[in-house]
Amino acid sequence: MKLVADDIAVMRGEELVFSGISFAVENGGALVIRGENGAGKSTLLRALAGLLPLESGKIEIQNVEPEFGEAKVPELCHYLGAENAMKAAMSVGENLSFWQDFAGQPHHKIDEALELVGLAGLGDLPFGHLSTGQRRRISIARLLVSYRPIWLLDEPTSGLDAESARQFAGLMEAHLADDGIVAAATHIPLGLAAAEEFELTGVAE
Amino acid sequence: MIALLKRDIRLALRSGGGAATALLFYLAVVIAMPFAVGPNPELLATIGPATLWVGALLAGLLGLDRLFQADSEDGTLDQMLLSPVALPAQVFVKSLAHWLVTGLPLTLMVPVFAVFLALDGTAVAATMATLLAGTPAISFIGAVGAAVTVTLPRGGLLLSVLVLPLCIPVLIFGVGAVRGAMTEPDPFLPPFLLVAAISLFFAVIGPFAAALALRQSS
Repeated sequence: MKLVADDIAVMRGEELVFSGISFAVENGGALVIRGENGAGKSTLLRALAGLLPLESGKIEIQNVEPEFGEAKVPELCHYLGAENAMKAAMSVGENLSFWQDFAGQPHHKIDEALELVGLAGLGDLPFGHLSTGQRRRISIARLLVSYRPIWLLDEPTSGLDAESARQFAGLMEAHLADDGIVAAATHIPLGLAAAEEFELTGVAE
Repeated sequence: MIALLKRDIRLALRSGGGAATALLFYLAVVIAMPFAVGPNPELLATIGPATLWVGALLAGLLGLDRLFQADSEDGTLDQMLLSPVALPAQVFVKSLAHWLVTGLPLTLMVPVFAVFLALDGTAVAATMATLLAGTPAISFIGAVGAAVTVTLPRGGLLLSVLVLPLCIPVLIFGVGAVRGAMTEPDPFLPPFLLVAAISLFFAVIGPFAAALALRQSS
């Protein structure tokens, strides 16, 4: 599998956020999108996920493994946005099992996923009671409860302490070793051994 | 899809959910009426069905602005947009959940509230039947309004202004059908069927219109 962006440009309102962006990531490959605040990192990720329309160019997945059939790009992706997509009024376990049912393709069990992010035993707590870093880790656990080959991560380590960030790097390495693809927008080094870097420099005038 | 329905119902029933708020607001409207117009049973019975309908309409609108806004704020909406399940189907399920926790309980509470309004058995039965047929329209029309106003900070007010005019026909035919059941020459069935038709109509086009608006919002 190969995630390819070919000369894409995205408009936000009347303004061009970026243009002429091309890259390709293959199985087991990680792409770290860097750039200063406002350079369009999040916009690029949202465009990759199909949440924003492209002004020009195209995003496609080549050499799709037969088990994924005719799936389109968004159906092969986990998108971890700036928000955690969890409900404060429901328990951690309820939140995660909802996302597992909703996204389909169950992968890890809820308990396993909680253990992998180092929060085993918190399943019965309301999500609203957790700290910022714990919330982020639950949100990361969502990536583990259903399987998607491509992870699109927007500042995944925001709010995580150094230990949790290392743990998360391990989870990403495991996903890559499992022939997954990771594309992350961040300005903090993620601690991935072999990651291509892509620098967003804003609009070329 | 069942998961989404279950989650929305569960959230509505939890603290901070909309279900109890809508019911209490409905109760407040219905109880205030006898105090406002005086304890004349005939007068109360005449305006009773209209009171129940207006109360149900306003109570139904009360929590609608949060239908998609809560999901938009916490990032759930992004996940819904990425889901392989068609967005209109998801909107339909969310609207259905909204109806199950507002429209349906409001309808079921009518026999209790009818005591305050001195309504007889026929009026109660007719009001319940029309509310059962008409309140889904409020949820489905409301979903369109909620989707259009999803990114606006004070969307609730605009939502009411957008949705209320579209709900007026439901109100007219709903109350008309109850009056038909209570007074002799007026018919019950034609206005009742019109109410049901409006609900079915919006159950089909509402989710598509709302889905279109949600796609533009991201």
